[in-house]
Amino acid sequence: MNDGPAPVLRAEGLVKTHYGEGAPAHAVRGVDLCVRPGEFLAVTGPSGAGKSTLLHLLGGLQRPDGGRIWLDGKSADAWSEARWAVERRKRIGIVFQFFNLVSNLSVADNVELPALLAGVTPKRARAEREELLAELGLDGKERSLPGELSGGEQQRVALARALVNHPPLLLADEPAGSLDSKGTREVMRLLSRFHGRGQTIVLVTHDARLASAADRVISFFDGRIADDAELDAAPKSRKGGISGVLELRD
Amino acid sequence: MRLPLLALLARGPAHGYELKQHLEQTLGSAYPQPNVGQIYVTLGRLEKQGLIEGEDVEQSSRPNKKVYHLTEAGRQALRVWFEDPEDEPRVRDEFFMKLALAPQTGLADRIALINKQRRQYLNTMRQLSKLAAAEDRDNRVAHLLIEGAMLHLQADLDWLERCQEELEELE
Repeated sequence: MNDGPAPVLRAEGLVKTHYGEGAPAHAVRGVDLCVRPGEFLAVTGPSGAGKSTLLHLLGGLQRPDGGRIWLDGKSADAWSEARWAVERRKRIGIVFQFFNLVSNLSVADNVELPALLAGVTPKRARAEREELLAELGLDGKERSLPGELSGGEQQRVALARALVNHPPLLLADEPAGSLDSKGTREVMRLLSRFHGRGQTIVLVTHDARLASAADRVISFFDGRIADDAELDAAPKSRKGGISGVLELRD
Repeated sequence: MRLPLLALLARGPAHGYELKQHLEQTLGSAYPQPNVGQIYVTLGRLEKQGLIEGEDVEQSSRPNKKVYHLTEAGRQALRVWFEDPEDEPRVRDEFFMKLALAPQTGLADRIALINKQRRQYLNTMRQLSKLAAAEDRDNRVAHLLIEGAMLHLQADLDWLERCQEELEELE
């Protein structure tokens, strides 16, 4: 199996159990996964199914109890916290449900910081930031603090921050989870746009509308993959589907 | 399509092809292109029922066209249409029957049924997303229709999720 480029992300036999009060929670129970370059994968399932834990394992925010992860074909098994932190700056961008912006830094600084930390010159960091903010419709908000922005705007800043170093992989954990329906459509449109330019995306969401922007959907139940389906945008000739949903009766 | 055609005629007389165009303009891509033949057949029926009246209009280089207008009975039928609320969408559908009856047949696995159904819904959801992205932003009516369809599908997908949770628990 040596065709084409290495998967951006590969996981084998991932296991994670949370030990808290009460019975241990088996969040991830043996997950195999392969994400090819340019793929847009959505992971959906009920809350508590373990899908956020899975994403955290893939981004090195939590360590698995068992199993292996490869990024761009390189094994991450022996990586230290510091190494993961470097990878998250350069090779993995992450957006979260609650944005996680630095509240006392301006929008501009929030976006430029990861670029500077990755060793980019201030001039270049600024240019990247200007381009991304313009693209995301945030012109004129550079000097604002995150708290002065709407939820949708904050998520766009978080997206700019995640993409400023051009990471091959974007992980998104319920990125529309705290947004209204307009904000949700906006996030959906932006993810689709970046995907259209070749960005590899793994999105965790309970929102089927958001998931339908992806070209592959994994249904996650009780720590396991219950189904893994390629979506096909071509309308089917059979009865039902889109015309069945929209058609007026009579 | 009877009552939508009556509703379009409420704003003034029109011929069949004009009605088709009005329908397309109002509903945008959200509504599958109405078949002009079907429109003529429906107009014929409405005329027979006395809800509209047609009048032949001569055209110089083409065959006559028939221009229709609403009758008082047609206007009354429209009032009744607007008066009554519509039925709820079906919830006890064919899929529910498959799910409920599969175990005793030994012919189908319920989780597999759910997965198959989910794929179908997700594909339709994706087509709706594409349709919404392609539709003119200013056509609010078309966007509302698409969004309504997406919310229904979302509810169906949530329900499939509940079914699956319940069944996984039993295992």
